[in-house]
Amino acid sequence: MDVILLQLLNGLDKGSAYALIALGLTLIFGTLGVVNFAHGALFMLGAFCAVTVQRLLSISFETIDPDKVDFLGNPAKVKTPYVESWFGPEMGGAIVDWSVPIAILFAIPIMIAIGFIMERGLIKHFYKRPHADQILVTFGLAIVIQEVIKQFYGANPIPTPAPDAFKGSFDFGVLLGFDPNAVIYPYWRLVYFGFAAIVIAAVFAFLQFTTFGMVVRAGMADRETVGLLGINIDKRFTIMFGIAAAVAGLAGVMYAPINSPNYHMGMDFLVLSFVVVVVGGMGSLPGAVLAGFMLGILESFSSMNVIKSIVPGIDQIIIYLVAIIILLVRPRGLMGRKGVMED
Amino acid sequence: MSNSNFTRRGLLKTSAMAGGALAMPTIFSGAAWGAGYMNEPTGSTVTLGFNVPQSGPYADEGADELRAYELAVEHLNGGGDGGMMNTFSSKALKGNGILGKKVEFVTGDTQTKSDAARASAKSMIEKDGAVMITGGSSSGVAIAVQGLCQEAGVIFMAGLTHSNDTTGKDKKANGFRHFFNGYMSAAALAPVLEARYGTDRTAYHLTADYTWGWTQQESIQAATEAMGWQTANNVLTPLATTDFSAYVAPVLNSGADVLVLNHYGGNMVNSLTSAVQFGLREKQVNGKDFEIVVPLYSRLMARGAGENVKGIFGSTNWHWSLTDEGSKAFVKSFGEKYGFPPSQAAHTVYCQTMLYADAAERAGTFNPCGIAQALEGFKFDGLGNGETEYRAEDHQCFKDVLVVKGKDNPTSEFDLLEIVEITPRAQVEYAVDHAMFAGGDLGSCNPGA
Repeated sequence: MDVILLQLLNGLDKGSAYALIALGLTLIFGTLGVVNFAHGALFMLGAFCAVTVQRLLSISFETIDPDKVDFLGNPAKVKTPYVESWFGPEMGGAIVDWSVPIAILFAIPIMIAIGFIMERGLIKHFYKRPHADQILVTFGLAIVIQEVIKQFYGANPIPTPAPDAFKGSFDFGVLLGFDPNAVIYPYWRLVYFGFAAIVIAAVFAFLQFTTFGMVVRAGMADRETVGLLGINIDKRFTIMFGIAAAVAGLAGVMYAPINSPNYHMGMDFLVLSFVVVVVGGMGSLPGAVLAGFMLGILESFSSMNVIKSIVPGIDQIIIYLVAIIILLVRPRGLMGRKGVMED
Repeated sequence: MSNSNFTRRGLLKTSAMAGGALAMPTIFSGAAWGAGYMNEPTGSTVTLGFNVPQSGPYADEGADELRAYELAVEHLNGGGDGGMMNTFSSKALKGNGILGKKVEFVTGDTQTKSDAARASAKSMIEKDGAVMITGGSSSGVAIAVQGLCQEAGVIFMAGLTHSNDTTGKDKKANGFRHFFNGYMSAAALAPVLEARYGTDRTAYHLTADYTWGWTQQESIQAATEAMGWQTANNVLTPLATTDFSAYVAPVLNSGADVLVLNHYGGNMVNSLTSAVQFGLREKQVNGKDFEIVVPLYSRLMARGAGENVKGIFGSTNWHWSLTDEGSKAFVKSFGEKYGFPPSQAAHTVYCQTMLYADAAERAGTFNPCGIAQALEGFKFDGLGNGETEYRAEDHQCFKDVLVVKGKDNPTSEFDLLEIVEITPRAQVEYAVDHAMFAGGDLGSCNPGA
């Protein structure tokens, strides 16, 4: 029972990342009709926002310490972050320590701006082109973004730790009457799950309860009619692209302490997120979230040793296996609407 | 009737012996290897092919290897301060290139993919006339390129490759490895682990699912079981895994009190980060503190794992903090040129370039068979690892191995590992026919043309 609970937590955590990325993908597909293969790169850019903020907050001045030597035997240069000299060692240290949460504030405008630039600068020219063209151009864009990041940040993962307050893990075992250590889960991963839930709820609330969201939903249902009513739906869809980019970026920022960011991390999530979107139903936002969590949990359970001893390698194929079965039984996905990608 | 003692058989024997005796002095000179061979340099230059990952997950290691290669070429051509040429026990190199020919180089991008690495090596051999190929940051790639060089008839001086198979079942006559291997890591680590953690331990292995991971795991399991440890489980993790939480989560319930991460590169960074996030290092199991072991360490990777490496034991081929004259000379050359200390990947490829050049000088030829013979059984010192030997039977270098630990209080961004022990060569040596290295055939050298 404790093992099942542990994998359930793992699945929810994995599913959070899948759901957040798939949600953005679906938003873009549902509004603009574009299959955006650069969406994984937006997730990666979000993680590198965290890296950048951490580096900016750690910008230091150097002083020579005559008592220490560097690796060549010369007097060592000691680095002190400016924030520590401005706010004192304690406060300055705390600011650097909290660089990942601080990066959220930094990432939202940056990612919206990147989304705008991507949509206005490149993707809008491909609206009327076939999906194959859209896939090629966005995939190419993803590779370009990857290489640019690698050029500036290198190829190796960059450690981006969570604040000290979230280090360690929570012992669910004690809480639920199991043995101590039976069900432990890292604090930051729990934070990630909670954060994902809030972002998903915020996006749904925005679409459901604001006039802007209502117009966007109307545009998703019938773009032509909304346009005929004199509403500039294109402008709103561009804003939605920016919001989708911000959602992917926020998912990346918060993911940075879980796995040290590297330039390739977007691609690792992209394919799985597309499967999530297809399983959930193209264009269905609730479907994307549902499928994200469902596939995350399935993937987690399939990596249990007892399952793998029965079907070796099942953890690598489970998502695709389930995708095949669901598409055979429900060709439009779990919550797909009629007419989407069917014309 | 003739009474002569001369017979036809005797005449043949005598002729063969006389011929052999006359030829003997020239075996070690260029004349013996004068026959044509692949990419024989005819002008005033000789071209070496540096095949490193310039893109892909090991691009940073590839970049450091490339820096070391450029430094080695500079030193061979008489530039810079000469680096380890000054401390190398062999004095055949004079700083005038190799055999009087200026050293030039071409580079290829392995992308850490076997097919891409073979394609770039092939291009350097066929189009650029490279007489030797060297490099790599992955055993899968090294084994693939080694096979290609054997077929093409050029020498392959392997870079960072740690699988037992490179000089085990996949060894080739044209291939040589300076780097240590999984068996050596295990043999060096086991006594240190026994001293620190005792003999009553149960280990849980997470293992990268490819040639290096398998041989590393097999080696460390055998070494730890030999000292009394038990093995709770060995879980193979696909190379493409990025989130190891599903693999780490069951560890505490398994009854194990040690987690062995047979991972390298991004896998190591991510699995170690997951293990630390799950709080394994703060837990107690079986009344003992839970411990993590990383058999193969790399400073570049330790940087990626950040604070998570503190206090964790592993092994490494070389470290910039060594204080022997060779290491100091190399760190000084490299550090003054690039502004930071070299990695173990940089060190091993620099050594390989020097060893190749030295062998060519001693053999008096670029013929791969002459160079192979000069390297086989070659004993040397002054290249940072103490007394070292290129064993003739499998082309594996035997030398001391470093057991290291993630430093608790680093003084700089490079000061991540501290040397716990320099394990003497005798302790990590094994028989040529050891079960973990069996099944291969070195074959005979191929000069190509």
